[in-house]
Amino acid sequence: MNSNELLEKIRECVEFGKVNKDVPYPPNMKGMDGADELTKMALEQGVPPADILNEALIKAMERVGQKFTDKKIFVPQMLIAAKAMNASMVHLKPFFQSGQVQRKGKFIIGTVAGDLHDIGKNLVAMIVEGAGWEVVDLGVDVNAQKFIQTIEEDKKAVVGLSALLTTTMASMKSIVGDIKAKYPDVRLIIGGAPITDAFRQEIGADGYAADPQGAVAYLNNIAV
Amino acid sequence: MTAIAAKIQSGKILISDGAWGTFLQQKGLAPGECPELWNITHPNDVFDIAKSYIDAGSDMIETNSFGGSSFKLTAYGLSDKVYEINKAAAEISRKAAGTNRHVLGSIGPSGKMIMMGDITYDDFYEAFKHQAIALADGGADAMVVETMSDLDEAKAAVHACLDNTNCEVICTMTFEKSGDSGFHTMMGVTPAQMTEELVALGTHIIGANCGNGIQNMIGIVQEIRKVNKTIPILIHANAGAPVYKDGQTIFPETPEQMAEFVKILIDSGANIIGGCCGTTPNHIRKIAQLVRQ
Repeated sequence: MNSNELLEKIRECVEFGKVNKDVPYPPNMKGMDGADELTKMALEQGVPPADILNEALIKAMERVGQKFTDKKIFVPQMLIAAKAMNASMVHLKPFFQSGQVQRKGKFIIGTVAGDLHDIGKNLVAMIVEGAGWEVVDLGVDVNAQKFIQTIEEDKKAVVGLSALLTTTMASMKSIVGDIKAKYPDVRLIIGGAPITDAFRQEIGADGYAADPQGAVAYLNNIAV
Repeated sequence: MTAIAAKIQSGKILISDGAWGTFLQQKGLAPGECPELWNITHPNDVFDIAKSYIDAGSDMIETNSFGGSSFKLTAYGLSDKVYEINKAAAEISRKAAGTNRHVLGSIGPSGKMIMMGDITYDDFYEAFKHQAIALADGGADAMVVETMSDLDEAKAAVHACLDNTNCEVICTMTFEKSGDSGFHTMMGVTPAQMTEELVALGTHIIGANCGNGIQNMIGIVQEIRKVNKTIPILIHANAGAPVYKDGQTIFPETPEQMAEFVKILIDSGANIIGGCCGTTPNHIRKIAQLVRQ
């Protein structure tokens, strides 16, 4: 396979969740090489790691995010795609660390204090990573202090806050207030089932995303 | 007491209860506090909620145990209190319901997913089994496995209830409208898939809860009835989608607005009507009046 064919194959594996050769999913790709093997192969053949990130992973995850927005796929298909993306990304990590491949920026994400729900937050983290961002996932039940400490390490980072419960929207409001008081220029984007753009305006956050692809669209606007 | 499903087979429409979580918040439950611990620390407040639904005309009330599985209680450091908390939940509702209304032991989702590799089917089964046994010991005569989005988790919970208690088992999932392609749960399960799989398992009553208001429930009931004409259907609708206003979350539908859709919901094939988030005893009273006219 030449490099273009390899990139196309990796993209397909990520989009449809073919992690490696051993996994039986998806059924129509059973026994074939997955994202893991094909990425290794591409690097060995000298395909630039930046091309793998930009031409295969980012494009695949963009399609996955869009299909999720359009309700053509649901959480399981998105998770399996993210798993395939990670299988490929593992091989790219050394190039991120050496600085040979640059990502678009840093995205810090967490579910706000008092809220223990992580499914939505995890989906956003996966899709944003797949869009070429470095993601720092602070987990659930994250207070303002923890967000602020993490921002201190990279003041250009964009911060995402998630809440599922209507009761923890108040917590989101106070965390946004605390972060903005300390770092007025840090961009904050919020999301979660009960969250709306009207709520974003009320609490003074910068962005609201209804779904993971919405978060990517917001971030990409910042990056350009 | 005649079983719920038997009452429905004889042609009755039954009334369930309304919200518990939003009601507890009004009574002072703070964000980040464990709602189920109130069964031990504030039993009188929990009893008031149960009693207010009985007084409003509910034929059945739930228990304050939605997050009472070990998955949720562990996060509050209460993993050793699963039995105590769930038994107390059922005892409180039974005290309010007396002997001729039903008590449905509420079992909510774990927040974990098999496909993420963080849990197995057997883990689900074991945890729901412990919760169900405690609820039955406390006096529940039915179980309601609710707000489910994943079929494997729902099936594990239903199995655990059927195998380990003598209770009737109800299972409801939460659907949203997905464009032109009908309704799906967050995990992609359609009402038809739910119906086929849960009925095959021996679930006595199925249905839908939570979501974005009672109007959507009509379409969901129609999709269930397309594949099964006889399985009893329970609907617990929210009082609309939440709106954030002046620092508070409001569920906007009034009892009158919800009641408008009750007749068509029953005509579509629903057998038990109650409420979820944001519904109050006033909503239930209005629905009960309408149904019993």
